[in-house]
Amino acid sequence: MSPAILLEARRLAAQRGNARLFAGIEFTLATGEALVVTGANGSGKTTLLRIVAGLTIPAEGEIRWRGKATHPFDAHLREAVAFNGHSPALKDELSAEENLDAWTRLYDRRLAHERIVDALDGVGLFRQRRLPVRVLSQGQRRRIGLARLALVRRTLWVLDEPLTALDAQASGVLGALLDAHLDAGGLCVAASHQPLPIAADRARGLVLGEPA
Amino acid sequence: MLINWFRFSSPVSFYPLAGSWSYALGALAALLAGAGLVVGLWIAPTDATQGDAYRIIFIHVPAAWMAMFIYLVMAGWSAATLGFNTRLSAMMAQALAPTGALMAAIALWTGAFWGRPTWGTYWAWDARMTSTLILLFLYLGVIALRSAIEDPRRADRACAVLAIVGAVNVPIIYFSVQWWNTLHQGSSISLTAAPRMAMTMLAGILVMTAAAWCYAISVVLARVQAIIVERERGAGWLESLIDWRVGDDR
Amino acid sequence: MSRAPRQRNAHAGALRDAPAEAARSAGVDDARASVLGAIGWALARDFRVALRSKGELGVQLLFYVIVVTLFPLATSPSPEILATLGPGVLWTSALLASLLSLPRLFASDYDDGTLEQIALSPRPLVALVSGKMAAHWLTTGLPVAAMAPLLGSQYALETPMLGTLTASLLLGTPILSLLGAVGAALTLGARGGGTLLALLVLPLYAPVLIFGAGAVDAARAGVSATPHLSLLAAGLLLALVAVPFAVAAAVRIALD
Repeated sequence: MSPAILLEARRLAAQRGNARLFAGIEFTLATGEALVVTGANGSGKTTLLRIVAGLTIPAEGEIRWRGKATHPFDAHLREAVAFNGHSPALKDELSAEENLDAWTRLYDRRLAHERIVDALDGVGLFRQRRLPVRVLSQGQRRRIGLARLALVRRTLWVLDEPLTALDAQASGVLGALLDAHLDAGGLCVAASHQPLPIAADRARGLVLGEPA
Repeated sequence: MLINWFRFSSPVSFYPLAGSWSYALGALAALLAGAGLVVGLWIAPTDATQGDAYRIIFIHVPAAWMAMFIYLVMAGWSAATLGFNTRLSAMMAQALAPTGALMAAIALWTGAFWGRPTWGTYWAWDARMTSTLILLFLYLGVIALRSAIEDPRRADRACAVLAIVGAVNVPIIYFSVQWWNTLHQGSSISLTAAPRMAMTMLAGILVMTAAAWCYAISVVLARVQAIIVERERGAGWLESLIDWRVGDDR
Repeated sequence: MSRAPRQRNAHAGALRDAPAEAARSAGVDDARASVLGAIGWALARDFRVALRSKGELGVQLLFYVIVVTLFPLATSPSPEILATLGPGVLWTSALLASLLSLPRLFASDYDDGTLEQIALSPRPLVALVSGKMAAHWLTTGLPVAAMAPLLGSQYALETPMLGTLTASLLLGTPILSLLGAVGAALTLGARGGGTLLALLVLPLYAPVLIFGAGAVDAARAGVSATPHLSLLAAGLLLALVAVPFAVAAAVRIALD
């Protein structure tokens, strides 16, 4: 079964204020493929990812998901996307368990408590699962983000610098998650300074140029 | 006809149009204002009860009307911005706000000077003046929000939402202030009740209103030009407009 | 000491888009359930977070009490004057307390990235922000309305007037939360923060203040306060229906 192209970007352009960040970006992504976006700081990697996730309106161009053109916050795209941005997206006052419980309920459906505990265990946070997130380190918070990726089933993963603050073991977990995701037919668009821990032949590259 | 309009919906093609219309309407405004002031200051008769002090309504009433109209027009352009995501409609809304605020301020200021000789007080919390004051705050809010948001496109859309929310609230505000005022001051004379209109007075007010319209459109178009230049800087088409004959340093 | 790693089976089988897509085609009932579920989710989450920062809630209520206490110090403690001032002071202070609490509605979620996740979820954003606003009112407006009779008696207001005061606050403070939410969403990430928010929102509050304080004034004058309260109720219904859409739009604009 040849992989179906699910994500297309056509003539994408973005601006910050009056300065053009990038223009004419085109790519397609099929099931099981990952796109790694690289470029200097300020070249617009985060903006491109946010456009793909449907948060930001591009100055020009469009994103097509499953053949349909999408506008930001389209329900069509929202049902498929998991976005991990710069912040780990956790409420400080709630515990890791409570945060994950809230996210899974919102994005998917209520999961059995066991599943959440398992996921936290898988990222090495079993002991800390009931502590308020406030007391966890940056690396631990990002690991909760990995657990969230594992629990909430989504076709398109948009990851902004997923390796930030991850130690070697956690990077390995991310790699395993990515491999499983791509094997199951998922897609991934990621911005990363460092190479992602997946097989090199799975990842296509896209380089954004210097800012004008 | 429809195709014709959309041709001017890009800042590029609108810029020269705005310039010529601005000059034309400015000249018309000056003419109308001259005529209106002649009517208001000389031809219209002295009022029986208020003497000559009433003549300030020839500026006060047009300004108050314009303050209201401009807000509605601004809300209209804001709706176009949100609906069609066009740059020019956002620039028009941005250009309208300061003129609207100025009209409201003029209405308040002239209203105060009308009140002083007529009713002995500069500010009497009557319904129309209080509503106009709140309208001024709404304008200032839109202007403040625009300058508080860095990204111009985000500012466009945020101000559009605020303008529309404000526009929906304006009738409610006017109604509630009217209610409040009648409860507390009874049916005493409203500060802004115009004297019974002789035909010449009415004519004078209408002419001055037309002058205010022309002035407002002229100024707004000139401001839109400035906004276009500021926001489109870096775009190539602007360069071609600059006359390089002046100062031959290139 | 962690447990033995278990196999994560979250990706067993082919990946497909979230079940919400299937649910949507299943009919109106599921859509309604999704809307109610979304409101419930946001309400429960925000409420739980608010309860964990009880100190913050206490401070806002304390602000209300302090401001109400300041006015007699600035004017006069004589009962006649206080009774005249009372409705206005109690209502204006409730307004200011509401303003003070508004940034909490979205700013914290915006800063820690959870607002993005909420906006990107498959649930309707209008329902989610409605839940947030409901939680906000429960933790700010409702306590203020509950405290009002106590403070009202400090202002020499008699019992029937206290009843009207509480009713007007119960009807009016939700409107303050709703309108304030528009301002809070629009000023996310903008310079000027709280003061800009006040400038944007206070003119919109004017009708609520007029009808709310006017209701108590009417009761004090022995006249029926029903017209005022009815208008407040009508305003509340209108706001409940219309404002969440504006707030959702403003949130999306802020996340751009």
